[in-house]
Amino acid sequence: MTTVTDLDRPATPAAFQQISLGRRLTSKLAAVLVTGAFVVAVVPLVWVLVSVLQKGLRHVLSSTWWTNSLAGLTGRQFGGGMYHAIIGSLLQGLICAVIAVPIGLLVAIYLVEYGRGTRLARAVTFTVDILSGVPSIVAALFIYALWITTLGLPRSGLAVALSLVLLMIPVVVRTTEEMLKVVPDELREASYALGIPKWKTILRIVVPTALSGIITGIMLAIARVMGETAPVLILVGYTQYINFDPFGGNMASLPLVMAQELNTPTAAGEARVWGAAVTLIVIITLFNLLATLLSRLTAVKSR
Amino acid sequence: MSVTRSGDRVFRLLTTGSGIVVVTVIAAIGIFLLAQAIPALSANNANFLLSRSWVTDDVRNLAFGVVDLLLVTVFISIFALVIAMPVSLGIALFLTQYAPRRLARPFAYVIDLLAAVPSIIFGLWGLKVLAPTLAPVATWINDTVGFIPFFATGNVSVAAGGTIFTAGIVLAVMLLPIITAVSREVFDRTPTMQIEGALALGATKWEMVRTTVLPFGKAGYISASMLGLGRALGETIAVMIILSSTGSNFGWTLFDGGDTIASKIARNAPEFNNATVAGAYIAAGLVLFLLTFVVNAMARAIVAGRKEYE
Repeated sequence: MTTVTDLDRPATPAAFQQISLGRRLTSKLAAVLVTGAFVVAVVPLVWVLVSVLQKGLRHVLSSTWWTNSLAGLTGRQFGGGMYHAIIGSLLQGLICAVIAVPIGLLVAIYLVEYGRGTRLARAVTFTVDILSGVPSIVAALFIYALWITTLGLPRSGLAVALSLVLLMIPVVVRTTEEMLKVVPDELREASYALGIPKWKTILRIVVPTALSGIITGIMLAIARVMGETAPVLILVGYTQYINFDPFGGNMASLPLVMAQELNTPTAAGEARVWGAAVTLIVIITLFNLLATLLSRLTAVKSR
Repeated sequence: MSVTRSGDRVFRLLTTGSGIVVVTVIAAIGIFLLAQAIPALSANNANFLLSRSWVTDDVRNLAFGVVDLLLVTVFISIFALVIAMPVSLGIALFLTQYAPRRLARPFAYVIDLLAAVPSIIFGLWGLKVLAPTLAPVATWINDTVGFIPFFATGNVSVAAGGTIFTAGIVLAVMLLPIITAVSREVFDRTPTMQIEGALALGATKWEMVRTTVLPFGKAGYISASMLGLGRALGETIAVMIILSSTGSNFGWTLFDGGDTIASKIARNAPEFNNATVAGAYIAAGLVLFLLTFVVNAMARAIVAGRKEYE
């Protein structure tokens, strides 16, 4: 004897009642609103990028843009390029990284490997939080008060780099800390079990495991500080000439060119502002791509 | 038996030392700013905390007060926050609850890109592109509801666009990625049991969000907004580029110009040739530092010690 079962027909009437129209509408409305919020945020992003490219791209494509400075050009003359500013931005970013990265790494290692739960670690965490909220203008004023007024040293690219260090340290500490935390304890324990000292374990086992993420964080942090404008306004003078010396003399950088040329009410000045904006975006994008590439290269082999 | 190896001792010292250096830096910022501000403050002929004018042209006759700058700073930041808070909440909910799983990550990346754009580029865009576009809207608002104090005609031209209105909107855009990033993280941690429980009880998607995600993430969202406020208070270059400076006092309207503390300092950086005059601006910087310190500390305090957010 075979039993015929109709699997599609429910045995009992549906337990669910229809959801009332009002509730359904409210839910739909909420979905529309949150999606709308996302669109609202994308609009300015696209708008900014498109308008910058529209107004600046053709200047960047000129033959001298990446190879020449603005040396000897008046505010009315087209031509020249951003070489001096690109050099300045890269130098300041690099010096900043050279100082900030070791400090940031050591602080993060302290927080994760040595300080867990101690009073000092709590103070350091709190400080890093506060430091990440310090406005760039305040960091610049601090270096001004320390470097220029108190120590009597001249305005220079180095002073800018020092103020950028303050802005970069919290970023490096935060990313490194996150990365070190996800390194499994088994790795550390295996290393200790083999009689390897703690410092060697950290340097040879823990940090290399987390390296990929740390490098990404550092590259993004450099890209970020190179766009900072407040410190360059206060801590270094502008020049149209190339200056490789961060210890003295005026030094241009991309944000500084933009801030400066905004005061040049000519078509050439306008071209420089938008051109510099495109250049800045290009450099930041390159650093982002480089970050992805480096993190791929340094990633721990999973097999 | 514990043998402390010398390598360990050195490394421990090095890392702990770096930690101490960072703690010292924050103290040093406060101390150095204060030390440089004192000579200017004692040479000040006006009350720094009560005067609304800022006169530093003559070193022998300084008369500067921070009140007006402070009012503009707070006013513009709160205006930006009022716009950015609901939008960020929407984005964070969209990314964590509504967006298709596969697209949530790339979408979140797009929002994070907003944070990668340097503020000077936002400022440039605000001045040259957004302000002309907003001018008819701003004029219309001013004409239609100008009787409400906040929308009254201010001390700069509404049509020219160098107003708190324009700068505040640009500032709001810059706050979106900050508030969204932190809120998103917290909303993502809503226990799945709660979400599924709500759905099993027959809640619609919105009812689920309202009864589980929002109550769970409320503290995180408020903390995120405070972090955004801290960022807005200190934003310098975008505000400096967009706002028209003016000689007249702040009149509590969105269509005023003026300066925030940060933009005033940056705008007048070329004046820093005299230590006493620079000291006046450093005094204003100190006020800004203390303000952001308090706001950030509060933001951290709200979420501190919450196990469920860990």
